[in-house]
Amino acid sequence: MSLAKRLIPCLDVENGRVVKGVNFVDIRDAGCPLEIARRYNEAGADEITFLDITATHEGRDTTYKTVEAIASEVFIPLTVGGGVRSVDDVRALLHSGADKVSINSAAITNPDLVSDAAAKFGNQCIVVAIDAKRVSGANEPARWEIFTHGGRKATGIDALKWSVEMTARGAGELLVTSMDRDGTKNGFDLELMTKINELVSVPTIASGGVGNLQHLVDGVQKGGADAVLAASIFHFGEFTIAEAKQAMANAGIEVRL
Amino acid sequence: MDRIAVIDYGMGNLHSAAKAVQKVAPNDEVVVTSDVSVIESADRIFFPGVGAIGDCMKAIREAGIDRVLADQIYQKPTFGICVGMQSLFDHSEESGGVDALGILPGQVLKFGAMHEHGKPLKVPHMGWNQVTQVEHPIWHNIRPDARFYFVHSYYVNALDRDSVFGKGHYGIEFDALVAVENLVACQFHPEKSGNDGLQLIKNFVDWNGQC
Repeated sequence: MSLAKRLIPCLDVENGRVVKGVNFVDIRDAGCPLEIARRYNEAGADEITFLDITATHEGRDTTYKTVEAIASEVFIPLTVGGGVRSVDDVRALLHSGADKVSINSAAITNPDLVSDAAAKFGNQCIVVAIDAKRVSGANEPARWEIFTHGGRKATGIDALKWSVEMTARGAGELLVTSMDRDGTKNGFDLELMTKINELVSVPTIASGGVGNLQHLVDGVQKGGADAVLAASIFHFGEFTIAEAKQAMANAGIEVRL
Repeated sequence: MDRIAVIDYGMGNLHSAAKAVQKVAPNDEVVVTSDVSVIESADRIFFPGVGAIGDCMKAIREAGIDRVLADQIYQKPTFGICVGMQSLFDHSEESGGVDALGILPGQVLKFGAMHEHGKPLKVPHMGWNQVTQVEHPIWHNIRPDARFYFVHSYYVNALDRDSVFGKGHYGIEFDALVAVENLVACQFHPEKSGNDGLQLIKNFVDWNGQC
């Protein structure tokens, strides 16, 4: 008996609709968040992550309503992120029914937000999203930097150091997205995952780049991730959640079937 | 129609817990409340909890929930969840050491440094894990290998070993579900544990409070 590795479908939501773009650009519509969440739950998803990609610009009311609708019908953990800027934002999402709130760019402009939110609501509900891009040259030791604005803006912050700082401030989980891989279907950045897992003692979620089921297996077995996250391979029906779980189980990974 | 009180002492969201109870008990009245008279008039009590136990105990005492629980807990089926379970015991190591309700004898301890297959185990214990079930009506129609969703860094060590009806496993063995008379309490979140969790809540709602 041991803890199962988790499979997490991610819904990128814009104006109340699920979308997923290639490298965060060229977005396609893949449906209603509640319908998709319900379908994923029935198919055996371990958790659902919901990222409001327009939250930085748009009003939040649609988001809260969508979260509440999902939490009323889908009885598995729900993580919500996107545009979370303050302790009040965290509180509002938790009260709408989110179990965990993912903090992304606001952690960079205001790292105290992570400490404050963790102290207030508990580490277990604070996820910090690490959007990392490889910045080292071909012959240099691997180095990754934190990027914001969907991977367009460099911050100069070292991703590994940042992971350690965020967990020290109270992040209960890290959602690690390779901005190089996101949307490419070439698999996770396993080296990035491995390095972060050597440094932190909280659970990590690998994200960005899943194109086939072996990539999910590799995220756990080679990257050391506690959970693997994917969006488009599920939204467009290339693979089902059940197939993904079975592939992980066949590879010897303990999963919830 | 029964009245089911979900106790609200202002610590976090009880929306999911209340919705899950309503889903399995569509004909019952589910009330999220801190009102002592409503809790007293209820047929069943859910006592959830999230966050740090220090803050929870403070809120429980400020809302007078400690007194009503001590009074009501053996009068009607009562179900403590997560920090709700932990707070029933004597004392927790969390928040620098906190005296809890002392309704059940035992301690709430922190997961220490642990290893499994040569790798350090991460804390919090977060995700889906199995529970070694001991026969009790709460497990009705739930497979022995069913998984439940856990999120915690502290665990219960009950003094009365006969009260343990579910053992969790994460580096060490801990008490995942305890039951004493009409009181049941679990460390995992049944309201977040999919169909097996809903079945467990249904079992509690259908339960006459006897083993």
